[in-house]
Amino acid sequence: MKQITYEKIVEEVARLCQEANYDLGQDVIQAFEDSVKTETSEAGKSILNQLIDNANIATANRVPMCQDTGVSVFIVKLGQDCHITGGSLQDAINEGVRTGYEEGYLRYSIVDDPINRKNTGDNTPSVIHVELVEGEDLEIQMTAKGGGAENMSALKMLTPSDGLEGVKEFILNTVREAGPNACPPLVVGVGIGGNFESCAYLAKKSLFRPVGERHVQPDIAALEEEMIIEINKLGIGPQGMGGTTTALDIKIETAPCHIAALPVAVNLNCHASRHKHVRL
Amino acid sequence: MAQHYIRVPFEDGVELELRAGDQVFLTGTIFTARDAAHKRMVEQLEKGEALPIDLTNQAIYYVGPTPAKPGAVIGSAGPTTSSRMDKYTPRLLQEGLKGMIGKGYRSKKVIDSIAENNAVYFAAIGGSGALLAQKIKSSELIAYEDLGTEAIRKIEVENFPCIVVNDHKGGDWYKESQANFKQS
Ligand code: SF4
Repeated sequence: MKQITYEKIVEEVARLCQEANYDLGQDVIQAFEDSVKTETSEAGKSILNQLIDNANIATANRVPMCQDTGVSVFIVKLGQDCHITGGSLQDAINEGVRTGYEEGYLRYSIVDDPINRKNTGDNTPSVIHVELVEGEDLEIQMTAKGGGAENMSALKMLTPSDGLEGVKEFILNTVREAGPNACPPLVVGVGIGGNFESCAYLAKKSLFRPVGERHVQPDIAALEEEMIIEINKLGIGPQGMGGTTTALDIKIETAPCHIAALPVAVNLNCHASRHKHVRL
Repeated sequence: MAQHYIRVPFEDGVELELRAGDQVFLTGTIFTARDAAHKRMVEQLEKGEALPIDLTNQAIYYVGPTPAKPGAVIGSAGPTTSSRMDKYTPRLLQEGLKGMIGKGYRSKKVIDSIAENNAVYFAAIGGSGALLAQKIKSSELIAYEDLGTEAIRKIEVENFPCIVVNDHKGGDWYKESQANFKQS
């Protein structure tokens, strides 16, 4: 049985938090560069180029690419033969966030209570999803999820008669209503199926896939291809200033569901699509 | 679309020349305020108290920056979503506020209020906080220190880039620019 210490987790999580905020993934930068070539709006091209400059400044100066350094969201795959020593997994992750955000000069964006709204002063608690898997590894995936795009996300309990057409319409409507508020170009995460809460999780989880990668299942991959074209016909463009790059990518995940149900969740991510992971 | 290099606070009614789609570079001093500071300012006005800042001819930047690293003036400082300020904006425009910098759509009520009060709403590029911070030359805490990142700061900007979205003539750049590229 593999042993992993509390301290090791704290250290790795702190590093992930900082790297996520300073170093935009190469997949996203590549998508910016590809979009500059296809974008038909001159203003849109200029915005995309400024986003590339912004990412470069952030990496070079070790400063966050965006001031909203987000809610720290984790998907943890814990091998059932892995043993964590010295404290709980949840505490270790929150301690890592606390350290990473403080030492990295990242913004504290969490309030203790949704109604009374007092800032917790260390960006905790984070949102942690744990999946128990086979093996003895501990895999930690982290994203810093900003408020602007999260606020424009939506979930709807469609029913089977709404069908695939209803799903497509809901995706397009969500992106249309978000417009510039969610900081396009977007990465659109979609969950179809499951139940009320698992559908939202599917959408969030889909955003952890690299930008530019298609789903392994050919029918879902085809739906992704189709929807990226449809979304980019909306005209919203970079920052809502008009153009053909409304989204850099779309990710779709599906799950079995009840005979009466067809839930759809659309979790929008802005262009600051900050994901990092480590396997211990 | 015209390009303007202008000073803030606005002088001699220069804000009246700005039209939706114009590119503007702002130089001078502006205030930062977001959700919590807006709420508190409007509460103070409702109680008949004076605001800690004079809004006449001023611009407010909707931003909650990251902490400054040692030696830096400010941390990353890009715009936040403006619609969350919509509820409070008409009241501040009545106080003489002329400019707002943020990102995203404004409500019909705010757009009308911008026209009535001869004001202007600018968008800066959301998510480019590292780049925009380089246009900020100084930052001073002015009020509501207890709000942390949401406190009111007076910042000095130099050629701060933004685009006019809503002008006092009712122009709306999000609507106009998107219509040109809509294919479905
Ligand atoms: S939506 Fe994303 S890019 Fe825009 S301000 Fe929020 S975190 Fe930053």
